[in-house]
Amino acid sequence: MFRRLRDDPPIAFTFEGAVVQGRAGDSVAAALLALGVRAPRDTAVSGTPRGPYCMMGVCFDCLVEIDGIANRQSCMVPLAPGMVVRRQRGKRDV
Amino acid sequence: MRDFDAAVIGGGVVGLSIARGLAGQGLRCVILDEGDIAARASRANFALVWVQSKGMGLAPYGHWTQRSAAAWGAFAEDLRAETGIATGLRQNGGYALALSEDELDARRAAMMRLHNQPGWDAIPWEVQDHATIARAMPAIGPRVVGGVFCPLDGDVNSLRLFRALHASTVSRGATYLPDHPVQTIIPQPGGGFLIRTAARDIAAARVVLAAGLGNARLAPMVGLAAPVRPQRGQILVTEKAAPFLHHATITVRQTDEGGVMIGDSKEEAPPDTRTGPGIIAVMAQRAQAMFPVLGSLNVVRTWAGLRVMSPDGFPIYDQSVATPGAFVATCHSGVTLAAAHAELLAPMIAAGRLDAPLAPFSARRFDVPQAA
Repeated sequence: MFRRLRDDPPIAFTFEGAVVQGRAGDSVAAALLALGVRAPRDTAVSGTPRGPYCMMGVCFDCLVEIDGIANRQSCMVPLAPGMVVRRQRGKRDV
Repeated sequence: MRDFDAAVIGGGVVGLSIARGLAGQGLRCVILDEGDIAARASRANFALVWVQSKGMGLAPYGHWTQRSAAAWGAFAEDLRAETGIATGLRQNGGYALALSEDELDARRAAMMRLHNQPGWDAIPWEVQDHATIARAMPAIGPRVVGGVFCPLDGDVNSLRLFRALHASTVSRGATYLPDHPVQTIIPQPGGGFLIRTAARDIAAARVVLAAGLGNARLAPMVGLAAPVRPQRGQILVTEKAAPFLHHATITVRQTDEGGVMIGDSKEEAPPDTRTGPGIIAVMAQRAQAMFPVLGSLNVVRTWAGLRVMSPDGFPIYDQSVATPGAFVATCHSGVTLAAAHAELLAPMIAAGRLDAPLAPFSARRFDVPQAA
């Protein structure tokens, strides 16, 4: 669905335990969309699959777990080498 | 020609609760509401169905609150059956937590004063120590020295309540008219009322003022008084988390959808509904002392609302002597009292007369005898 305009240097991270690749300058959400992951979370109330929408920190539909911290807005987090990213499934635990 | 048997002015939780009850009594009912931009406490409130601290200085208010809380279960079931919307009612008891022995002593003393009032019907409550509360709510922090528990207390999802009330009122045949702010109410010779709104005129046999802060301006038009003032309350809400607060407390509660609401403030003479860092910070600190795990949750929104406060803090229910058929209902606990408004107050209005148990809520209590 999404096509990169240019190929910046690659950055390796993991998503759901698999090593995958984004590009320098990606947000986590952008990297996931470029990988074809369109719905990295299930909503907290009804469990409906949702994915990045606004890409500017407003809609909270791009929530994922990053490095063990749940409910992070992936569109607001710059991708970094070695990040451990997992799907956000429903409500976070406390 | 009268368009309606009753016009309810105000489409918030209070107005809709009454309108639902009136429509259930077979009255042709219209709700005249403002638009999206309104000082709408129904969208800002803390959503407790709360009993334990109500009625100091006016025992009948305690009784009225208790009757509403007791009616809430069937009320919620009826709403669900009519609309398919679950209000998330939870009445498994609630706490007022204390962070110091002084606070706990003050709460205990307040409860004893409440219960020592003449004519008070006892309600169940007890002071619990830290260990007892920790068994029910393991998330409490070490600074919680104890608290008051009342098994009648609870909470609800007030936005879904609002939606369910709206759906049920309309499904019972009432007409909901948004963007109809009322300008003037003109009592008609021979009875009934002509209501001038920004959109058009409405004729109704009865009029019920349920416009919150707007009642102060409207009441004198029909020979009533509603000297209410705004009191600002600020609220924080966190991201949604798995359930860990198994009871409501008076200042911190976890909604049925997982977000934690924190609301602990009262400000007089507010200029607007803005939130501010000073009060928000204190509320967050106190909430975190009660439940340390809150420190790991992100706050996703803050907002403020305006409570509808009378001079003594109690509701005003009144009927006009000068222009029979005009009623006023105003309070700051529209969620707790929703069941009473729909099931007890509305039938009185439908019958044309408020019953004796509501006499103590007349605004005449604010009249001061003239000095000799």
